Amino acid sequence: MTYTFDFGAVLDRAPELLWASFGTLALSLAGMLLALVIGILGVVARTSKSRIASTPVIVFVEVVRNTPFLVQIFFIYFALPLMGIRLNPTVTAIIALGINGGAYAIEIIRGGVESVSRGQIEAGFALGLHKADVFRLIVLKPALRAIYPSLTSQFIMLTLTTSVCTSIAAYELTSAAQRIESDTFRSFEVYFTVTAIYLVISTLMMGLFALISRHYFNYPTR
Amino acid sequence: MGPIGENEFFFLMQGLKWTVLLAIVGFIGGGIFGILIALLRTSKKKVARTITAGYIGVFQGTPLLMQLFVVYYGVALLGVEVNAGIAVAIAFTLHASAFLGEIWRGSIEAVPKGQTEAANALGLHYVSRMKDVILPQALKISLPATIGFLVQLIKGTSLAAIVGFIELTRAGQIISNQTYRPLLVFGIVAAIYFIICWPLSHAGSGLEKRMAKAAR
Repeated sequence: MTYTFDFGAVLDRAPELLWASFGTLALSLAGMLLALVIGILGVVARTSKSRIASTPVIVFVEVVRNTPFLVQIFFIYFALPLMGIRLNPTVTAIIALGINGGAYAIEIIRGGVESVSRGQIEAGFALGLHKADVFRLIVLKPALRAIYPSLTSQFIMLTLTTSVCTSIAAYELTSAAQRIESDTFRSFEVYFTVTAIYLVISTLMMGLFALISRHYFNYPTR
Repeated sequence: MGPIGENEFFFLMQGLKWTVLLAIVGFIGGGIFGILIALLRTSKKKVARTITAGYIGVFQGTPLLMQLFVVYYGVALLGVEVNAGIAVAIAFTLHASAFLGEIWRGSIEAVPKGQTEAANALGLHYVSRMKDVILPQALKISLPATIGFLVQLIKGTSLAAIVGFIELTRAGQIISNQTYRPLLVFGIVAAIYFIICWPLSHAGSGLEKRMAKAAR
């Protein structure tokens, strides 16, 4: 093996990688928020008694969860302009991430809502709690606690998925890596470094989510 | 705009062949290494547990696309001439081994402790205890999650398109560029993925519900 590693060529572009990391974080955050909104609205429609509201949500969830994100992002990228909507690639990426994450969020949140038993709510009223307090303390908080682990790991998945947004040239880490690669030809070094950055990002997120969980959900269940 | 004729459809089917092949190779290769990872992850040796935990953590904490790039260019650095397909297959095998290893670790630990104790009491040694007592039960427990991961893997093979390997998604991209009918082409491509993945997802969640009912 005669190859000599040259990480210097990559380190020279450190500021660019730093900014692109913020791009990845911003993309992830925006994607998560949109996914959460779609998730909550989706659950309201999915659990409604009207078939007209619940059927489209079921179809949406099944289609999104059984097709690759790359195909979804291509489809959206080409479909939006045909609908007369012109957006820059990063905004398009946020929409694609939100739609993809939203489908998973619907299933996760629905599980949480269904986990709160009727008896608990009745017990809350029997204790003389206000309607708002019953919702906040007996429905919302336990439901949030129940879905928190799956929802946050889904968020980390979404963050890792943002790398696929390079395929439509959104502003994030992987597209920066591809730019640096084509300038320096140091393919392995570039991708190795960027992989390490992703690992740092996802590890930090995991730590942050665990911290939040310990702070908000540290009451005994039984 | 060009028409989507027989030739285009045939090209997509060629791509589909590679998608299926890549998923099968990744799943089988990942399965073989995955069992090894799961066994090491649940072994009594602390070194083995730590190393495999790190291995799993790295693969679960980085994007699959980056794993493809690193392995793709990493293999080239080793000085061996391999084609894109083999490099990508190696990447999917490593990726699958980490995820399956973690799923199966969970299932091995979910087998009641009494089973291990009973096997020990009967004088079974490690290999027989694992092969005949623990793993068959763990396999059953892991089935829904394993099928769920298979669906993830099939969808994940689409990322090989970004590395330049011509599987279903890349074939769709090429046809789309030739015919200028992106929505129709990617609609067909999505439908093909759906036809493969949906029955699997359905079987997985059906199994999960049945097992949850049986456990009650």
